[in-house]
Order: sequence, then structure tokens, then C-alpha cells
Amino acid sequence: MYNKKIIQHFSHPKFFGKIRKPDVMGKAGNPRCGDLMNLYLKIEKNPPKARLAKGGKRIKDIKFETLGCAAAIAASDMICELVKGKTLKEALRVSFNDVSEQLGELPPLKIHCAQLVTEALKDAINNYLGNPPSHKASEGKKL
Amino acid sequence: MAKKKRIYFDYAAAAPLDKNVLKKMMPYLKDKYGNPSSIHKFGQEASEAIDEAREKVAKFLGCKSSEIIFTGSASESDNLAIGGVIKAIRRQKQAGEKIHVITSRIEHKAILETLKDLEREGVKVSYLPVGRDGIINLDDLKAEITPETDLISIMYANNEMGAIQPIKKIGQIVAEINKKEEHPVYFHTDAVQAAQWLNCNVDYLGVHLLTLSAHKIYGPKGVGLLYVKEGTPIVPLIAGGKHEWGLRAGTENVAGIVGMGVAITEIKNQKLKIKNIERLRNKLVQGVLKNVQGSKVNGPKIPDQGLSNIVNFSFSGVEGESLVIALDQAGFAVSTGSACTSQALLPSHVLLAMGLSEIDSHSSLRVSLGKYTTLQEINQFIKTLPRIVERLRKISGR
Repeated sequence: MYNKKIIQHFSHPKFFGKIRKPDVMGKAGNPRCGDLMNLYLKIEKNPPKARLAKGGKRIKDIKFETLGCAAAIAASDMICELVKGKTLKEALRVSFNDVSEQLGELPPLKIHCAQLVTEALKDAINNYLGNPPSHKASEGKKL
Repeated sequence: MAKKKRIYFDYAAAAPLDKNVLKKMMPYLKDKYGNPSSIHKFGQEASEAIDEAREKVAKFLGCKSSEIIFTGSASESDNLAIGGVIKAIRRQKQAGEKIHVITSRIEHKAILETLKDLEREGVKVSYLPVGRDGIINLDDLKAEITPETDLISIMYANNEMGAIQPIKKIGQIVAEINKKEEHPVYFHTDAVQAAQWLNCNVDYLGVHLLTLSAHKIYGPKGVGLLYVKEGTPIVPLIAGGKHEWGLRAGTENVAGIVGMGVAITEIKNQKLKIKNIERLRNKLVQGVLKNVQGSKVNGPKIPDQGLSNIVNFSFSGVEGESLVIALDQAGFAVSTGSACTSQALLPSHVLLAMGLSEIDSHSSLRVSLGKYTTLQEINQFIKTLPRIVERLRKISGR
């Protein structure tokens, strides 16, 4: 059902837990489909001016808490791995397909797990930038 | 990494094939390959083997051999019981006359999906609710029965949490009605999970139709059967040759049917087996509730109201599919009613019908035991489970 990489990220996630004083949080999921995700982010305070113009502040640290299936947990860990150290602009470009690909392809029924984690990230970044949510971030989108 | 011994706690999904059953099946997979419909010796030895299996099953159910129809699965039997009977009744009725079926909300999908399909064709279906214990209320049933009611289908024991329905009492209610009313009510039960633990004598139960499956009783997969009481209106859903009294066309699965016959004769001296399995189940329940905080049992709490071998737990702050995968990694095979294993991405209709919240339904875990389960296996499970639940709770932050 799951490949080794998914099982690896599920069994030994590196990024789970809380950040004590996060700069911002993101949420996604709904109880109906059983997945609920919290993301905690630490954002770089004073980036060099040159980079600020290029891509903005970097994500210094990121952690997740996910109530969900093995794929949701693996995808949560993967998105953290993918965006840690990236600028906010770069992070927003990470798509659910990237998350799925990096996990060696999620099973088709589990693609929504990759959507869940990118929604949580978008929610966090939008919260940080003070943007109104582009969609209702608390509703986990289904395929 | 050394390969761990895997422990199987999913007997309600499939029981392992009994060695003796396999042995008796083997000749029909190898040398005795004739088609039972052929009139030469190859065919006749196969045909005799089917007759013998049919007699064994009939003895177990307390019915005539001619009332047994072998099918390809319990799902097919359920489809035939509902679809075949309704089709036959419809042919008897005048245009415009209504057809009414009563069932419960916790039936197997083979029943519910068949009925959903019939609803699209104008059949009226009443779905009985169940209580927290997973059991229907007989007054609810009586209230739904009208002079137009044609068929009642209620499962004997539930596959997800083991609740036993009062089939004998329903049988009595149906018999009373049929004494008075001209218009008969037919009664079907899916007894797949009950076969090993409960009395399946069809006269005792008062049923017209009863479904069984071979692979839940240590027989092979791909064989089911439907008991059809003589005189019950029914037509085939699979048309073709006159196999199985003209009710199920298709060359018989000879080895599989032989296997079912043997498997069913192994259901004997059950008292001791039930006592043993209940001892293991009680150990499991006590151990889990004691060792894992935030755990609870879903479904019947009174032993007589539930099957001896199925327990359904919920663990707060943990999602069932991830728990099943984590336990699988640790060497334990169990199952869940979480949405994350279903195509529909919705939690178990059974647990929701019992009034569980969506979150509790998602966090459910079914442990089902069988004749090869040992106390040692239960102890290992009780020892391993708390660590895994705690790890997942750390990940969920709940």
C-alpha cells in the first residue's frame, strides 16, 4: 500500500512537535475526513536587504502536529523538509505534486493528504503576511 | 533487521485456511478436474463432491440440501437474497403495487448498496437505527412493518464491533405476521460473522434466507452460500445454465465448495472454543483499557450481546489508519473503521450509526481473534500498543 519512503517518514518523522513561541501558525483539515494539521513556523527576523528584495524572509524552523493517516503524517514531515530554509516566496511555490513526488508518489486516494499539508503551509504564510485567506483554509479539500 | 514474527488479529476479515480443509480440497484442484455438469466419471466425481458438501452444510443449518445455493462470495449471496427475492416478488405484483424492505443502518455494504440500487427503481426501504450497543430495537422494527412489507434483512452479528441482533425474536415476529396476513414477509439474515459462535439452525432462527461465507470459518476464499427456504420467491441474478437449482449459473467452484463443506463440519464442540476465546478477549479488553489512557470499547458491553472474538476500540488523539500501519510495522495485523482506508473517505457507517462522533470513528481499531490466537500474542499486543499510541499522540499533539 505504501512505499518505503512514506513508511520511513511516517515511522520516523523529523519535524513533528510544537515550536514554543512560533512566529506564525497554519491549520488545515476537517474532522469529517479525519485529518487535522497544525504547522508552527519560525521566520527569519532581519534578512539581508538584497534577499529581502528577491524572495523575502526565510523559514528558519518548522514543525507540525498532524492527526491523520500514515500518508498525512508522512506528507506533513515532507513539506517541512521541503520548505525549511526556503524563503516564503519559494515555499509558496511548493505544490502538492512536489510533496507527493518527493515521497515517491502517494497512492491516488491519498493525494488529498499532500493537498492538506500545502494548504496548512499557505495558511501559515498568509497569516504571517497578513493576507486574507484565499480560500477557507480550515476545510480540507477533497479530490 | 531480523524479521519479526507477524501476529494476526484480523480473523473477521479472513481466517486462515485450515490444513485439513486444504487437504480435502487438493484432489479437486489436481486430479479430479471434471466439470460437475458432465455425465462421465470425471464429471460425476466432482458432482458427488458438491452433493456431499451440500449435505454437510444442510446438516449444519438444519435444512434440506435442495435449499442450499453455493455462490462466489457472501456479497453475492446477499445480492441474490435481496435482488433475487425482490425481482421475483415484483413479477408477482400488479403494476403500481409497492415493494417495501426493512433493514438496519449497520448492515454490510453488500446489503446496503443492493438496496440503494433498488431504491432508484422505486423500492421503499426503511433503515432501522441502532443504539450505542449497536443493537436494533424490536419496537422500531414492529413500527416499520406494514401490510406492504415484503422483506426484512438484518445481519446476525456485526463485522465491525460484534453486536448480535435478536434474530430469533425477529423470526418470531415475522412468523406471527405471516400467520395472520395474507401477504407474506420474508426474512433474510447475513450470518457470516456469526457462523462459528451462534446457533445457525434456520428453524430455530425462523429465517427464509441466510448468508454464509467460507473464508470466515477457515475455509477458502471465493465461496459463499445462500440458504433459501422452500417456497420463497426468488429468481437468479446470474443467468445461464441450470446450476444450483437454476438460481446461480456458472460452473461450480468444486474445490472451494468441498472446502466449505469440510470447514463447516469443523464447527463443533463450540462451547469450549467459545470459553477459550472469551478468556483471551477479556484479557485483551482489560489489558488495553488499563494500559492505554483515553481508550474505550465501542459496541456491546454485555458479553451475551457481542461476538466472542471481535473487539472495537477507540483511542483519543489517534487516527485509526495510522495506528493500523504503525501496528503493522510492529508485526500486528488489525483493522480500522477510519475513513482513511475507505474509498469514500468517510468513517465507518456502522460506528456513526451507533452515535460515535466522527473523530471517535476515525480513531477506531478492530481486533478480531480466532482459533490460532494465543495468550502470548495478546500479551505482546498489550505490551506494544501503549508505546505506539503514545508516539502517534505526540505526532498529533493531542
